[in-house]
Amino acid sequence: MIELLRRALRRIGLWLSAAGKAWRQSLQLRVGLTTFVITGTVVLIIGIFLLDQVTSGVLKDKRDVAIRQAELGHETASAILSDVDATQPAKVTEATKQILAASGKSAGLFTLVIRSTSGASSSGSSVTIPAALSKVVQEGNLAIQYAPVPSANSPSELVAGLMVGEPVAARTGLFELYYLFPLTSEQQTIALVQRTVLISGLVLVLLAVGIAVLVTRQTVRPVRVAAQTAARLAAGDLSQRITVRGTDDIARLGRSFNDMAGSLQRQIRRLEDLSRLQRRFTSDVSHELRTPLTTIRMASELLHSSRDDFSPELSRSSELLTTELDRFESLLTDLLEISRYDAGAAHLESETADLRGVVASTVAAHQMLSQRQGAQVIVHEPDEPVMVDMDSRRVERILRNLVGNALDHSEGRPVVITIGCDEDAAAVTVRDHGVGLRPGEAGLVFNRFWRGDPSRSRLTGGTGLGLAISLEDARLHDGWLQAWGERGRGAQFRLTLPRLAGHTLLASPLPLAPDDDEDEFQEAAL
Amino acid sequence: MKPRVLVVDDDAALAEMLGIVLRTDGFEPAFVADGNRALQAFRETKPDVVLLDLMLPGLSGIDVCRAIRAESGTPIIMLTAKSDTVDVVLGLESGADDYVIKPFKPKELVARMRARLRHHDELAGETLVIGPPDSPVSIDVAAHQVVREGRQIALTPLEFDLLVALARKPRQVFTREVLLEQVWGYRHAADTRLVNVHVQRLRSKVERDPERPEVVLTVRGVGYKAGPP
Repeated sequence: MIELLRRALRRIGLWLSAAGKAWRQSLQLRVGLTTFVITGTVVLIIGIFLLDQVTSGVLKDKRDVAIRQAELGHETASAILSDVDATQPAKVTEATKQILAASGKSAGLFTLVIRSTSGASSSGSSVTIPAALSKVVQEGNLAIQYAPVPSANSPSELVAGLMVGEPVAARTGLFELYYLFPLTSEQQTIALVQRTVLISGLVLVLLAVGIAVLVTRQTVRPVRVAAQTAARLAAGDLSQRITVRGTDDIARLGRSFNDMAGSLQRQIRRLEDLSRLQRRFTSDVSHELRTPLTTIRMASELLHSSRDDFSPELSRSSELLTTELDRFESLLTDLLEISRYDAGAAHLESETADLRGVVASTVAAHQMLSQRQGAQVIVHEPDEPVMVDMDSRRVERILRNLVGNALDHSEGRPVVITIGCDEDAAAVTVRDHGVGLRPGEAGLVFNRFWRGDPSRSRLTGGTGLGLAISLEDARLHDGWLQAWGERGRGAQFRLTLPRLAGHTLLASPLPLAPDDDEDEFQEAAL
Repeated sequence: MKPRVLVVDDDAALAEMLGIVLRTDGFEPAFVADGNRALQAFRETKPDVVLLDLMLPGLSGIDVCRAIRAESGTPIIMLTAKSDTVDVVLGLESGADDYVIKPFKPKELVARMRARLRHHDELAGETLVIGPPDSPVSIDVAAHQVVREGRQIALTPLEFDLLVALARKPRQVFTREVLLEQVWGYRHAADTRLVNVHVQRLRSKVERDPERPEVVLTVRGVGYKAGPP
């Protein structure tokens, strides 16, 4: 039973929410319903007022007629009854007949009932006179009351009617004269008016709603077309346009929309051309620079390999030439890479891979540097594979950069890499326990050619573009790359990637700032 | 005899420098600077290995590569300044065996060339059979011949090496990294596209239907293996 009720409630809830959705989404429905409610209310009020006026008018007329009739009848009746002794039934009957005859010409309009106060009564039919009415009449007053009366056509049938009662003084005693007016025709009139008002009201409401819906439809349809076209434009089909007919406001909307789309298309084409040019330029520069660099490099290697035969100055010069060529080359590579990003020419080659594997190969690649710096690299990773949709080459480049930087700044203290994941995202943090960052520097580290401490960082020989490229790589994955640092506590970089390509990141499974455990660890390491 | 190298590059300085390095390392270089004359030079010099720049005046490097491949399986190593996927894959698909990206270290280039020339030293006299029983592929390693259904299949030395590497251990699955090491001579992981492209080229020659391979099978997520003998 409760289950049934709950199911019914759920169904009502569903239905309500569907209705609510339709209400919010369809302008036409909203306008139609609003118009219906407003016009319905107005028509209802007018109808009630109108009916009230007509009814009371018709009834008042009837009342006036009835009273006039009663006054007329009073004269006749008093003339006849003045000599009658109301206590003698025979006389009464005769007098009654006379009165009925006198008023006979009005038969059909009303029925006459005559009663003598003494009890003897006579009438055309046996009608119950309400006690309240007869009481007022017996006290000698004229009285009016609505009560069932016999129908004009079939006297045995009672219909709604009006009773007018008046006292007529006889020689002895009192007669009560009652005029019974059936209100059949008035009722019919009122019913007719009621029907007319109801039907015309309904028609009016329907008309108003119809007009509202039609007008809204005329406005809404072009808007809907515009919305669909805009959606297709946004999806990349720049050739979409609205068909414009006529010169009205709607047509103007369509024309403006088309102008906008055309302008957008031109702009995007221009940007695409620019991007293509930029890409072409990058590619050309790359080729033009790399060819002579290859020659120089080979020459320098040749010199370098026979440096033992040179004088110390020449030998050192050839060494400098070789190492600086390495720097020049990595700078050129980074510059070209970043200009590729600027041109929007970088593309992901995503496939699902285990993040732990990428971290492992990064660590392996940095073994030499780690030994040279005397800094241990510690990896905390989950036992299960951390599968992520990613371009492994780019992610490894990011991690190499982060780990390389961390080792550069480690000052011989351990570098801690932590891998974390939840359902939507995977993250890697790289923590060093070096000098750390000054307040506000965490936002600057990703700037191109930014150097934390100009006096020393040159020694490490980075290009100054590494983190900028890493940031672009992370963005290409719809991921985050963030930095945390505190003077004396070291720095931590966190890379967060969505596990499924194209998902929007909401939170990272690892905190950006390291927790206290690690600080303890740092103290222990010291 | 010194291995002969044909250098196809329009940059005079680079060509001269390559000449010095190659002679130092025991090669006998020949040079051509124009794409249009590259094929003719190839026929005249009959080199053991070709170094081919992708950006050439006249005929492009890709076209030269195709032209040479059409008449010979001589190893071709591309010299490219472009690391963009499209160019590299296009070069490999047009028949190049390997590529080095400028600026390369001379040692790296020489290592690549030696890896391509290495197979000539192999002397193992064996015959391997792989593929479906109703239509097996038999490989005569010493004679460098591959026969299927009575017809000899012409493979480039690289494709041959790739097929032999797989056929020697028919049940083993080879990762792309292992193949790169065994066939191309890379010490540590390099571009796995090399493997993908050459497996495609190999399949187009040995398979009855390259879309449904029977000889060189893909093991999803791992690598490749030879079909059952």
